[in-house]
Amino acid sequence: MNEVFNAQNINFLMQGLTLTLKIALATCVISILFGTFLAITKNYGDKLSRFLASVYIDIFRNTPLLLWMLAACFVLPVFFGQFPQAFWGTIGFSLYTSSVMAEIIRGGLNSIPKGQFEAAYSQGFGKFFTLFYIILPQAFRRVVPSMLSQIITTIKDTAYLAGLGIAELTYKSKTILANLRSFEEILAIIGFVAGIYFVICFSLSMLVRYYAKKTAYAH
Amino acid sequence: MSESVGFVAWLREFFNSLGLYDEESISPFALWKFLDTLEQTQTFIDGFIYTLQVSVLALFIAVVFGTIGGVMATSKIAVLRAYTRIYVEIFQNTPLVIQIFFLYYGLPHLGINLDLFTIGVLGIGAYHGAYVSEVVRSGILAVPKGQFEASASQGFTYTQQMRYIIVPQTIKIILPPMSNQMINLIKNTSVLLIVGGVELMSTADSYAADYGNYAPAYIFAAFLYFIVCYPLAYFAKFYEEKLKKAHLAR
Repeated sequence: MNEVFNAQNINFLMQGLTLTLKIALATCVISILFGTFLAITKNYGDKLSRFLASVYIDIFRNTPLLLWMLAACFVLPVFFGQFPQAFWGTIGFSLYTSSVMAEIIRGGLNSIPKGQFEAAYSQGFGKFFTLFYIILPQAFRRVVPSMLSQIITTIKDTAYLAGLGIAELTYKSKTILANLRSFEEILAIIGFVAGIYFVICFSLSMLVRYYAKKTAYAH
Repeated sequence: MSESVGFVAWLREFFNSLGLYDEESISPFALWKFLDTLEQTQTFIDGFIYTLQVSVLALFIAVVFGTIGGVMATSKIAVLRAYTRIYVEIFQNTPLVIQIFFLYYGLPHLGINLDLFTIGVLGIGAYHGAYVSEVVRSGILAVPKGQFEASASQGFTYTQQMRYIIVPQTIKIILPPMSNQMINLIKNTSVLLIVGGVELMSTADSYAADYGNYAPAYIFAAFLYFIVCYPLAYFAKFYEEKLKKAHLAR
């Protein structure tokens, strides 16, 4: 029982955890940036770009994440050259998550009263500066809880990368699990790995609740 | 099967006569790769049907777990509330893949040997049950408190209140978030790929890997997922707008 928690296994899993966190962080950053771009395009772009942005969002939101991870790993390298699997996996993951982030950010943008735009224009702000200085900061503040929830989902979804053989936490636990023979050992490893995810995600969800409560009074 | 092959052969002739068909092309989006993939339509459809079967059964479990959980989460008995809280937090804050690993690697050692289909149904059902439970809970909380008091004053017991007064009103409120959960559930059946399932995503992936026709295989799979998920998304959006308008009109 205690043997599964030897230094070697723990170290092995911790390397996986590091990769998981790196991928999750990269995906969150890329998808918030690209999601913002998509949201703005879908809301304020011209007719064609508006259409393209909604097609992108609809397609990515209605197909599985794993599909895009696989597609990124096996199709994109043909055009853009060979990089480690983890890199392409992260790209596919970000492409997918961006579509979800875009809808969240759009929810925030839509909740900003129209008068804000008019007021900004009357003060001589251009379209870009109005968005950047007036609308986006307010929109982001409003969507912090749902964005955090999506970040939790993103952290959990890194587990799908195990399907591509990328050595993140779940894949590493899978390789350990495949060699274990007793139920106690398997339960211990699954419990340990699930515990790691739980601690990270649960702390974030406490933050969501705290923040939601705080802003509930403010409104 | 033979029908689709005949059709593909016809398409091949057709593109050939147009001079568009280039057997030598190595582009991942080469036309011949798409036509080769179309010849495998039956394989994709089989995987698709498997995905739909898992989805429907898992959805059934999720709704049962979710309704019980949601009702328990709003009850006056603290133990019941704590119990659903623990269920929801554990299932929502750990990856579905890890939960599937438990069923796949763990249970056989207890003498419980489940096939992949059952693992998918139970695992995905229990995972989404936690989400549905939160949806049902928020739906019940959205029903004004006066409704409980009014029905209590008419002599309804708690079960009767729930059964006749509260839950029917809740259904309308929770339809949009429920359809979103359904979309997520259908998409999440792809988790079975990691333990070697035969649902749509795995079928597409193993075909892609065997023949090297990655792009057409993924596009075909994406198309099949899209035609089930998009109508649900559309319904959710449409119904939500309708509810919003009805709310504003009141």
